[in-house]
Amino acid sequence: MPRRTALRLPALLLAAPALGRAQGQARLLVVGGGFGGASAARFARTLAPEVAVTLVEPQPRFITCPYGNLVLGGLREMPAITHGYEGLVARGVRVVQDRAVGIDPVARRVRLGGGETLAYDRMILSPGIALRWNAIEGYDEAAAAAMPHAWIAGDGAQLRLLRRQLQAMPDGGVVALAIPPNPYRCPPGPYERISMIAHYLKRHKPRAKILALDAKERFSKQPLFQDAWRALYGAMVEWVPANVDGRVMRVEPRAGVLETELGTRHRADVANVIPPQSAAAIAIEAGLADATGWVPVDYRSFEAKAAPGIHVIGDANQAGAMPKSGFLANSTAKQAVASAVAALRGAPPPEPVYFNTCYSHAGEGYGISVVNIFRPNADGSAVAEVPASGGTSPRGDLPEQRRLEALYADGWYESITADMFS
Amino acid sequence: MQRHLSRTILLLLLAPPPAALAAGTAAPPVAQACLGCHGPAGGGAGAVPAIAGRDAGELRALLHAFRSGERPATIMDRIMRGYDEAELGIMAEHFAGAR
Repeated sequence: MPRRTALRLPALLLAAPALGRAQGQARLLVVGGGFGGASAARFARTLAPEVAVTLVEPQPRFITCPYGNLVLGGLREMPAITHGYEGLVARGVRVVQDRAVGIDPVARRVRLGGGETLAYDRMILSPGIALRWNAIEGYDEAAAAAMPHAWIAGDGAQLRLLRRQLQAMPDGGVVALAIPPNPYRCPPGPYERISMIAHYLKRHKPRAKILALDAKERFSKQPLFQDAWRALYGAMVEWVPANVDGRVMRVEPRAGVLETELGTRHRADVANVIPPQSAAAIAIEAGLADATGWVPVDYRSFEAKAAPGIHVIGDANQAGAMPKSGFLANSTAKQAVASAVAALRGAPPPEPVYFNTCYSHAGEGYGISVVNIFRPNADGSAVAEVPASGGTSPRGDLPEQRRLEALYADGWYESITADMFS
Repeated sequence: MQRHLSRTILLLLLAPPPAALAAGTAAPPVAQACLGCHGPAGGGAGAVPAIAGRDAGELRALLHAFRSGERPATIMDRIMRGYDEAELGIMAEHFAGAR
């Protein structure tokens, strides 16, 4: 009988202080089970056992984008980059395999595709990215079946398709990549992909070429990548920056044609089109994003400026100086959770510091990296790198440095996925 | 003996009444950065060395040497320059006590 009364008075319950409510437990809802969301769910269980944690993710297993390029290179297989949610379940996380389709930030409720509605006291929203279909003319969802993006892992079909196409192309053929302008998921990712495709081609189709058509004129770890390409792959890789007509404006998926700004038509045997991106649809539909397509946040708590109580982490937020990386999704997830828990407990949030290390494999046993340590300003309106810290690997003929960084990259992958899923 | 005693106290602390607000077992915020490569408990991963359970003074000296550049490094020198001495101390104390 009291339970029925409670059900009739949801608004009253939602207005009550989180820890004082009749049901007892404060509710943290995590939407998205990737680098941000899985890290958040696991961390919440270790930080605040008194909080009930629910994770909503449509995929039964998570395939990481990091190390996906190594699958293309033939250095890893799909099972090695596929992770289940059993570890989180064992830690007491309620994992709901469904898609969040609508957020009501005022009522603090999320509607799921399967019909369930979940109420929360604090939400961690880590929905990832959406591809901006037709931002490149002719590149829509149907086109991705012929010219894979392989930039959202999903069920792995895109990555498998790109690998099959590489395996099927003739020696002497051309692999073209279309690389987007900033900001996009994983700044060094396209260049690691070039490297890993080159690694595969060098072994199996040594007369093939890679044509990298870029909407930018500079890129992450550029000198290190270009040194590696020259040393490992000779003339196989041609990178065409925007100022040399590298920006792809239009594609013809059936003909395998990529057309650049000045009308140059490049015919490719395999075309990997990485299109411009935005925050995932759910963040935009909830009114959390601004005109840029990304979600402005307070850099101390990662609460969306448009909706306090919703902490938006991972690639979907407007990250300022921070790259959209898996490690930063993990690092900022912890600050977001700590801030949410502090708010639920009525305690002050911890001092924020965000950490990033991005390793890239430029070849087999050839690793390079960039390190960043970020701190926000006092009012959370901006975030900046700690002066004179971090930076990229040194240049030069340093075989031991490259060998060790490739090994450390493997250690990073093992550790960070354990910090998400174990 | 003292260690046994503290372990008993720890076990008692780990079993509070269900209604109590538990403190959790998470590493301090500044030490969270280390876990992404050195493993969720600092136990190492592949070629990345373990840092848990090492002497606090030794760890702190090591981190300081990376920070100042007096100890050559692949990547730790770049990382440590992002943190101040007090934060190095928190990291060292945490991992010395971590198992």
